[in-house]
Amino acid sequence: MPFYVSPEQSMKDKADYARKGIARGRSAVVLRYDGGILLVADNMSRTLHKISELYDRIAFAAVGRYNEFENLRQAGVKFADVRGYAYDRRDVNGRMLANAYAQTLGAVFSESSKPWEVEIVVAEVGETADSDQIYRVTFDGSVVDERDFVAMGGSADRVSTSLKEHFDKDASLAGALAAAMHALAQEGGEQRDIEASSLEVAVLEREREHRKFRRVQGDRLNRLIEEGKAAEEPAAGGDDAGDSDDS
Amino acid sequence: MSETFDGGGRLPAAFMTPGTSSFTDFLREVNPDLLPGLRDVPQGGSSAQHLTPEATTIVALTFPGGAVLAGDRRATAGNVIAHRDMDKLYRADEFSAIAIAGAAGVGIELAKLFQVELEHYEKMEGHSLSLEGKANKLATMIRGNLAMALQGFVVLPLLVGYDEADRAGRIFSYDPVGGRYEEHRFHSIGSGSVYASGALKKLFTDGLTRDDAVTAAVQSLYDAADDDAATGGPDVHRKIYPLVDVITEEGHRRLPNDEIAEVAEAIVRARSERPEGPTAPLR
Repeated sequence: MPFYVSPEQSMKDKADYARKGIARGRSAVVLRYDGGILLVADNMSRTLHKISELYDRIAFAAVGRYNEFENLRQAGVKFADVRGYAYDRRDVNGRMLANAYAQTLGAVFSESSKPWEVEIVVAEVGETADSDQIYRVTFDGSVVDERDFVAMGGSADRVSTSLKEHFDKDASLAGALAAAMHALAQEGGEQRDIEASSLEVAVLEREREHRKFRRVQGDRLNRLIEEGKAAEEPAAGGDDAGDSDDS
Repeated sequence: MSETFDGGGRLPAAFMTPGTSSFTDFLREVNPDLLPGLRDVPQGGSSAQHLTPEATTIVALTFPGGAVLAGDRRATAGNVIAHRDMDKLYRADEFSAIAIAGAAGVGIELAKLFQVELEHYEKMEGHSLSLEGKANKLATMIRGNLAMALQGFVVLPLLVGYDEADRAGRIFSYDPVGGRYEEHRFHSIGSGSVYASGALKKLFTDGLTRDDAVTAAVQSLYDAADDDAATGGPDVHRKIYPLVDVITEEGHRRLPNDEIAEVAEAIVRARSERPEGPTAPLR
């Protein structure tokens, strides 16, 4: 027998449900560095990606339920490719894709009883650092235009706080990766060790030709992590002090 | 059309349905108008053949660790030079390039579709097609153009790629019905190809360096332009030189204009001394 639930209550329940679903997974961060945009996800799988290429200058990062964000990713690739083929490659941009995702997620959230438990980022690297775009789209279809960095999924608040402390938009790739790893290590309320094997890393390199997206893995990733650690050593004292303040 | 490109709206249902990793197949579902080769060409007899300029000589050769693809710049419509600075080489993806000979308009469309097809597959699947897979996909696309080919709009591509599995450059040629043939060492297509092949036959050796391979390609294009009216030679006055793509394990690279200008000008200078170019030992 159907009974009455107020729209407010139903929306609130749906939002709580989605938020809980998203918070269960591990975090992902997207941040700027001196050569473009870095995307890092805490991901055990080597083949089921949370980060991928959408188009020449545009990347996708997501947290939450795999089948749901994979569906969005594939739709975005199709959308971008059809548009770029019909018009010109320059006519595909991040704002457009972020809008399409927002409309889609918004419609799912209000129309179906189960909202999608996903949060995604559409990042576009521009000709200059000023024209970089980072959009965060949440499960209910709201879009936020982020300036420098985003953290989502898992303990996003903690990760975000740590990122805010360590973020430097002029950092080198190794420096930005170190900041991202430090932030991701805040997961679950305690400092964890993150291994290269559980990281999914990709960059949008401004200077790269044609397609800017590139995965960073294997030896290159290990080298970057070492480099970041080496650079961090002198500042290690200050870092520890900051951490003890948190706890 | 409007449904597909409603930029501000939600993604249409067709986009959200899991399905093929082929861009061509997807486009056939949502927007078949954009696909080349599906239109009916009116029976116009032989006059239809002059609707689109013809693109001409392309050469490709391998060297240890890679391959070189080079093309002249001329497009002709009958006995008229339609374009002097045409680009007939297309970067297909990181490790392959395609060049076209035949009907220029149709060829450009095909090259563009092929490029998106490879990229789309790579993004959907998370890894790229093997070089064999790319070559076979291109064969299917040529076969799709058969109706147009019978009307006179023949397009013949040449596919050159670096095979990451074999660690070597490979060359594939095609016939108008989509027959795919792997060529060893070197190959040439287009109206000046007989002359270019003749030159390459004499210049090619197995251990060429990258720079020597580039020079051999430009030499052979010079010979093609020398004897074929539809192939353009280096135009030193207008500074229009052949285009050269090099593909190695580092990926695809279009040589910068000044680098080719140097090679081309040296060849033109040498030809003023010896118009027939370098000679091969008699035995």
